[in-house]
Amino acid sequence: MAQIKNQFSVCNNSHIPALLHYVQKMKATLFSFICLCPFAISAQESPNDSISNKILDEVNIESKRSTKDVARKPLTSLEGFLEGNKSINLVRRGAYAWEPFLNGMSSERSVITIDGMRIYGACTDKMDPVTSYVEISNLSKASIHSGQSSSVGGSSIAGNLDLVRRKGNFGEKNFKSSVFSGLETNNMHKILGTSIAFSSPKFFSDFDLSFRDAGNYRAGGNQEILNSQFTKYNTSAILGYKINAHQELEASVIYDIATDIGYPALPMDVSLARAIIGSLEYSRHHISHHVKLWKTKIYYNHVKHIMDDSHRPDVPIRMDMPGLSSTAGFYSFVQGKSGSHLWKSTLSGHHNNSYAEMTMYPANPNSSPMFMLTWPDVNTNYIDFFIEDYIPLTSKLKSLFSMGIALHNNTIQNELGINSLRIFYPQFQDSKNRLLKRLSGTLLYEPGRWNISLSLEYGERAPSVSEGYGFYLFNSFDKYDYIGNPEMKNEKSANVSGKIAYKSNRFSCKLNSSFFYLSDYIIGIPDSSLVPMTLAADGIRVYTQIQHAQIFNSSIECSYHFHKNWVWTSSLSYRKGVGATIGNLPLIQPFSYSSEIRFATKTFDIEAKFSGAASNKSFNPNFGETSVKPYSLFDISASKHYKWKNQRLNIKIGAENIFDVKYTTFSDWNRIPRPGRNFYVNLIWEI
Amino acid sequence: MLNTVIFFMGASILLTSCKKENMTEQPKSTNEVQGLKLVSTLENNTHKINLYTLNGKFSMGYNSVFFQIKNTDGSLVKNATATWQPMMHMMKKSHSCPSSSIKKKAGATSTYQGSIVFQMASNDQEYWELTVNYTIDGKEYSATDTIVVEAVTNRVVSVFKGSDNISYIIALVEPSQPKIGMNAMKAVLYKMVDMNAFELVQGFKINIDPRMPDMGNHSSPNNINLIEDNEMYVGSVNFTMTGFWRISLMVYDSSDDLIKGEEVTIDNPNSSLFFEVGF
Repeated sequence: MAQIKNQFSVCNNSHIPALLHYVQKMKATLFSFICLCPFAISAQESPNDSISNKILDEVNIESKRSTKDVARKPLTSLEGFLEGNKSINLVRRGAYAWEPFLNGMSSERSVITIDGMRIYGACTDKMDPVTSYVEISNLSKASIHSGQSSSVGGSSIAGNLDLVRRKGNFGEKNFKSSVFSGLETNNMHKILGTSIAFSSPKFFSDFDLSFRDAGNYRAGGNQEILNSQFTKYNTSAILGYKINAHQELEASVIYDIATDIGYPALPMDVSLARAIIGSLEYSRHHISHHVKLWKTKIYYNHVKHIMDDSHRPDVPIRMDMPGLSSTAGFYSFVQGKSGSHLWKSTLSGHHNNSYAEMTMYPANPNSSPMFMLTWPDVNTNYIDFFIEDYIPLTSKLKSLFSMGIALHNNTIQNELGINSLRIFYPQFQDSKNRLLKRLSGTLLYEPGRWNISLSLEYGERAPSVSEGYGFYLFNSFDKYDYIGNPEMKNEKSANVSGKIAYKSNRFSCKLNSSFFYLSDYIIGIPDSSLVPMTLAADGIRVYTQIQHAQIFNSSIECSYHFHKNWVWTSSLSYRKGVGATIGNLPLIQPFSYSSEIRFATKTFDIEAKFSGAASNKSFNPNFGETSVKPYSLFDISASKHYKWKNQRLNIKIGAENIFDVKYTTFSDWNRIPRPGRNFYVNLIWEI
Repeated sequence: MLNTVIFFMGASILLTSCKKENMTEQPKSTNEVQGLKLVSTLENNTHKINLYTLNGKFSMGYNSVFFQIKNTDGSLVKNATATWQPMMHMMKKSHSCPSSSIKKKAGATSTYQGSIVFQMASNDQEYWELTVNYTIDGKEYSATDTIVVEAVTNRVVSVFKGSDNISYIIALVEPSQPKIGMNAMKAVLYKMVDMNAFELVQGFKINIDPRMPDMGNHSSPNNINLIEDNEMYVGSVNFTMTGFWRISLMVYDSSDDLIKGEEVTIDNPNSSLFFEVGF
C-alpha cells in the first residue's frame, strides 16, 4: 500500500492530462519504479533514474513500444521479470510457469488478472498460473497492489497483481515493427519474435508473436535437470478504434500455447497448456466535470491444460490428467474528481467453470481404468462492487479509503462430482453463497524528502476451487493427497502495512513492511484416518481452517548515485509466517539480499550484481520442506544501444551465476536445483 | 400461432394413440415382469413356469429371481404357494444352495419372487437343476429343469468355514450397479446346516474395507459396516473412482467374536474373505 497517489494517478488516469499535473507533483516519491503503482514492478530498474523520467516512461511506454523498457533483461521470462519485485516470490516447479506468491502467500490468496480480466488456471497442481499465459514482449507493466487497497480485480487477502499489456495509441500515422531474438546457453533457450504496431488518428493495431524453445537446463556443476524443457508460442493482438474525441473501442486477443513442458519437481509433465483470451472494451473520457473516465470491458477466456507422464520412463501407474477452465466476465470502471477527491469505482463480475479429471491405467489389463473427477465441474459466480476515494487533507497529508463487497457463489454441476465429495461430506450442499467484504484506509505523509504511509486493511476471500472441491490432489512436495472442504468459512485478514522512504538527489532508501493477521487460515491438515490414493503419497490432508496465521513481510531498498554514471543499489528482504498448531508456514522467504553496481551512459551500460539468501531456518518439515543452504551468486551484464535513422538496435549480453554455484532456494519445489552458469544474448531490432 | 396449433394437434394425436395402445394391450399381469428378462422356462403337463431375472441370466452369487406360473391356456396363476430347491449335480455328489422363501412380488398379483445364491457356476460336467414345488387350490405340482448358471469374474459369493467351525455362504447383493460416490451395500449370509439346507444368519456384523489393489491398495473413507436388517446385512460402501475395488470383509458373530477375515495391513493386502466390484 505504498505509492497510493502514484498508483492512483498514473495507473488509471494516464489518459487524463489534468491529473498528470498531480503526478508531476508527486515525483518526489522515492518509490516509483517503472510502473508508478504501489510496490511497482521492475526491481531491475534502479531508483536512481529520476522520477520525472519514470513518469514519462510510464506515460510514453504505451506509444514507444520498445521491448527494452519493461525489464533490464529485455527477453527474460515473465517470471524472471516479476522476481525482481520485493513483494513477489516465485515458487518454481521447473523452468516454466512459476507460481507467484504475493507477500509470502500462495496464489489462491491473490487475484491475478491480465488487463483486468479474471482468469483461472486449469491445472489442479498449479502448473499454469495466470502469469504463464502472458509473454514479456507484450507486457507494459505489472501493477501490484498489496492488501486490499485498489483491489479492483476482486476480493483477496494478499493483494492484486494486474499484468498490463503494451498497446499502441491513436496518433499520427505510423508503422513500427521490431524483431527480437535471444539465446540462453544453459538450456539452449531460443527466443524469437516480432512486434508490429500501426497507429493512426482513428485506429491503432498491435500484433506480437513470440516463440521460445528450451531444452533441459543444467544446474551448477553441469548437472542436467531432466524434464525441464519447454516450448511456448504466444500471439497477442490489440485493435483500437476511436469513435470520436472521447470514445474508444478496443478489441484484444491472446493466444498462448505451450507444449512439451517438463516439470522436473513434479511426477508429471505437461503436453499442452493453451489459453485463448479475448476482450472487447469501450471507454469514454471527460463525461462530465466530475466523471473523467468510464471504461467497460467484456471478456472471455478458455484454458486447457493436459498433464502427461508419457516421457517419464518410470512411473508407478500411467495417468491422464486434463483440466479445463473457462471464464466469462465484465468490468465497468468509473473514475472521477469531485472537489479535491479523486475517486474510482468498479462493478465487475465473472463466471468460471473449472473441470479436471484423472484417469489411471492399471497394469492389470483386466481391470478397467480408474476414473475420477479432481475438480468436479465447479462453477464460480462472482459479482463485485468496489469504490475508492483519495483525499488530499493538506499539502503533505493525504488519505485513501476504499471498500469492496462481493457476492461469491460456487455450484457443482456434475452429479458424479457431488457424489464423490459426499463420500467425505455426506451433508454438503452443491451450491454455496458467500459475502466477501474488504476495507482499506491509508494515511500518507510527505514532508519534504520523506514519504511515510500507514495502511490498515481488512479483507476476505473464498476458498479456491481446489481448497473447496479438490479431490485427491497430490502435492508432491509434502507427499500428501489433498481433499477439498466445501464447508469452510471465508478466510479473513486484518493487515497493517507501512512504508518509510527518503530521497535526496543522490541517495534514496525505502523501507516497506506489512503484517497480515489471518483468521480461519486455510491449509491442509493431515487426517490419519484417511488412506491416500496416490501411490507416492504418505497420507491425506484435508483443507481445514486453523484459527489464525501471521505473516510478516519486510524489505529495504537503497540506492546511491555516487557519480554521474555510477549507481549502487542494494536490497534486503525478509518474511516470516507462522500458523496456529502448525508452526512455520511453508514456502516463506528467508533473509535475502542483493547488491549491484551499474555504470550507465545514454547508449551503454554495464552492471554487476551480487545476490543470495541466508539459510531458511524457519522451514517446516511437515510440508516437505528441508533446510536450504545459504548461497551467493554473481551476475554480470552489459547492453548497448545503436541508433541510425529510424532504426534502433539493442544488444544485451550477460552471464548469470558466473561461478556455476549449485544451489536451491526456499521456493524450489522438492528442492530441485536452480540453473548453473548461463550466458545470454538478447537482440532487439526496431525498424 | 400456426406452429402452436400444429404442436397441440400432434400432441393430442400422440396421446390418443398411446391410450389406444394401452387398451389393446394384453392383460395387466404382463406388466408385472416389465424390466425383467426371461431366463428359462420350467414345464410340466399342466403349467409353464417362466423364470425371470433383471439381466436374463442366472449367475454365480446372489440372484433375485421372479417367476410366473402359466396355465396351458396362457392365463396366469394368481393363488399359488411355492417353494424351490436348486440342486447342483457334481461328478460324485450333489448339493443345494441358499435360497429364500417365495413371496408375491410387491404389488403384483401373479408374479412370485425370491432369491437364490449360487455358490458355483455350471460347467460341462456339473449342472444346476431347479425344482419349483407349488400348490394351487390344495393340489400340489412340481416342475424341474436344468438351468445354466454363468460364471462371473469378480468374486461376489464365498463359502467359508468360520472359527466356530460352521460353514457359511456370503453373497453380495448390492451395489449391483456401482457408481462413484456412496453406494448402498447389501449382503446375505447363510449358515450351512447340511449340504442341502441353509439358514439365514441373524445378529452378526460384517465389517467392510474397500480397497483398490491396482492403485496402492488405498481405501475410501466413511464406509458403513453391515448390520442385519430385514434378512440382509446392510451398510454403505464408498467408491472414490471407477475401476476395480476389492472389499475385504470381517465377519463377527452375535457375541462380537471375529469368526472370519483379517484386517488389511501393509503386509496383508486383503482379508481372506472379500468381494470384488469393478466398474
